[in-house]
Amino acid sequence: MATQGAATSDFIKNLGRMYGTYTGGFLAFIILLALLEQVGVPNKILGYLFVFFTLAVYAIIGVMTRTAEVSEYYVAGRRVPAFYNGMATGADWMSAASFVGMAGTLFLLGYDGLAWVLGWTGGFVLVSILIGPYLRKFGAYTVPDFLSFRYGGNFARLLGVIVLVACSFTYVTAQIYGTGIIASRFLGMQFELAVFAGLVGILLCAMLGGMRAVTWTQIAQYIVLIIAYLTPIIILSTMKYGIPIPELTYGQAIVDITAREQQMLATGLATPAALKPHIQPFINYSPLNFFAIIMCMMVGTASLPHILMRYFTTPSVREARQSVAWSLLFIFLLYFSAPAYAAFSKLEVYTNIIGRDLTAIRPWLFSWGELGLIQICGKNAASIDAVIAACKAIADHPGVVRLQDFVINTDVIVLSTPEIAGLPYVISGLVAAGGLAAALSTADGLLLAIANALSHDIYYKMIDPNAPTIRRLTVARALLVGVAVVAAATAATKPGDILAMVGWAFSLAMAGNFPALVMGVWWKRTTATGAICGIIAGFGLCLFYLVTTRYFPGAGVKYFGMTSLLNPVTGAPVVDIAKAMAAPNAMESFPTLAHPLANKVGWFNLNNIACGLLGAPLGFAVIYIVSKLGREPSAEMQAYVDEIRKPRGRTVLEEKTT
Amino acid sequence: MANPTDLKAKEEAHWAKTSRLMFTHLGIWFFFGFVIHMFVKPLNNIVIPILGFPLGFYMAAQGSLIAFVVMLFVFAKQQDKIDREFGFAEED
Repeated sequence: MATQGAATSDFIKNLGRMYGTYTGGFLAFIILLALLEQVGVPNKILGYLFVFFTLAVYAIIGVMTRTAEVSEYYVAGRRVPAFYNGMATGADWMSAASFVGMAGTLFLLGYDGLAWVLGWTGGFVLVSILIGPYLRKFGAYTVPDFLSFRYGGNFARLLGVIVLVACSFTYVTAQIYGTGIIASRFLGMQFELAVFAGLVGILLCAMLGGMRAVTWTQIAQYIVLIIAYLTPIIILSTMKYGIPIPELTYGQAIVDITAREQQMLATGLATPAALKPHIQPFINYSPLNFFAIIMCMMVGTASLPHILMRYFTTPSVREARQSVAWSLLFIFLLYFSAPAYAAFSKLEVYTNIIGRDLTAIRPWLFSWGELGLIQICGKNAASIDAVIAACKAIADHPGVVRLQDFVINTDVIVLSTPEIAGLPYVISGLVAAGGLAAALSTADGLLLAIANALSHDIYYKMIDPNAPTIRRLTVARALLVGVAVVAAATAATKPGDILAMVGWAFSLAMAGNFPALVMGVWWKRTTATGAICGIIAGFGLCLFYLVTTRYFPGAGVKYFGMTSLLNPVTGAPVVDIAKAMAAPNAMESFPTLAHPLANKVGWFNLNNIACGLLGAPLGFAVIYIVSKLGREPSAEMQAYVDEIRKPRGRTVLEEKTT
Repeated sequence: MANPTDLKAKEEAHWAKTSRLMFTHLGIWFFFGFVIHMFVKPLNNIVIPILGFPLGFYMAAQGSLIAFVVMLFVFAKQQDKIDREFGFAEED
């Protein structure tokens, strides 16, 4: 034991040097590939080298940090320093959607897209002041652990597991889907094959070492993803404005965009209907929905189990708090750069595509047009000839690209920036490796959260409390593989709602977990019955609203008094309810997104993605009322809550680790 | 250990201070997360000199984010100070 302790502290002391060397090695690797590109190695080979080299590194870390100890497997032995845990949380947090999709969303929505930027950062304040450090002091392995202890046993635990699986499973499916998209686009692999290749990478990281392995690979993945995200845009900013800080220089780009918007309107290149001014607020979301999204994403952050459990790994409560601050700093580095990507891309599109003669379109977009990701005049912009042919088919087309002719897939914004800037292919490969790191690291964290809940909470705590360590870990690993395969199989079918589901996960977590967790720490009077009723009511209402508005919109209108959502600019209903309800498919269940009512009805003009705003207040109210009606919790339980509130002393829950 | 009523009083004082700190930060969080963005339209009439950002846009894209990061580091320090004051902090 003593020698192991000494070895551990050596390991912690050397972390800086290890990850420093790793970062240097990665930079050297990029330079090596750049040189290879110069001597004529084909792009495809470079892409493969990038992806396989980084995957190999993650897998090596994953195998090196394998463990046979329970506390190592579930909470990395609780000795991850605040700074490194912050980095790991950053990678855990930033998904394929943040890396690839966020800038595209900002490109399309302008100011309104910033709801996501705000929502996905501000929640960490709630993690730190309300929940995270207290759960660390409690000494849980999983979030349901806390619910079970505080709220009288396995029924609360089961509810916790249901909420956890509901919000994590769709989320992990989206990550594996993202892996497949990136790998298929850059390596030209078949999508389904790419999904399962990504799966192998994820499993190599997580299976042998659980939380311990995931922690140390996530740090490595953070370093790759942040270098990959910032490099192209720093180069672009330097080329355009001479200052390598894109977060400052894009202010100028916004000024230029606004001027160009006016000019396009004046010269007839854009119609007022097609043009959404970049800085004008509340034209895509009504103010209510804008703030509802911010609230749900923030509170959802503080309720997502895969994030909360990262703070179980720090050596102390104090470090848990510091670690939340580091997490947000590392996340901030990416999120405050995303609007710069959006602004630079928009300026490029507005000045070098819109208003250009069809024959003079810049060639970078044709490779994306071939994939169907950029369309001009309603057809894939695969080449100049294709564009000219497509536009000729439109009556009275002036022969230059107008704003309304141009459609771009949001994923392209980040991925195409290196090409827009005219950078060598090696930078594009780097971006692909970064996107892959973002998707893999989030998938690892989520898979671990699900598999741990099933193995620790369901198997060990509810089915076989006497299971020996070896069997517990074997079950944990088997479940991890099982969940991963099911998630990959789901992703391979390319479900249509996959990206919306990530947003839903936040609302579900908010409605299901947040009231019970906060009240459990902050109000001693909270009773088990109160919390259980609150979880069921809040989560139930949120789920009901989601499922009804998306999958049974006709029934929502007919039986639950739902009305059409309103257009944020004009205030007019987005669908004519009377007409849609008269149509033969009005009461159709599980309709496609094209159904006139799907996602377009609701209460109070509230988008279903923000259903947590209905569920969480109901959860709080139910917990309060039912607790007041019941008997005060035992003096013993209240003493435990006092213990949780004081950092000093032993954890409340002492796990049997051997 | 000190006598139980003493400990109880100390726990209560510690929790009162902790709660106050929590509500303070919750207030600042609400201000930067919501209140300031309600005034985005008037704020957009102010342009940050040299950089060129309209202020309302800037606050949502960067300003509030910076406030959140700073808040978290400050909060970690303040809460630790409260814990130490009452002797409830962990050993260093």
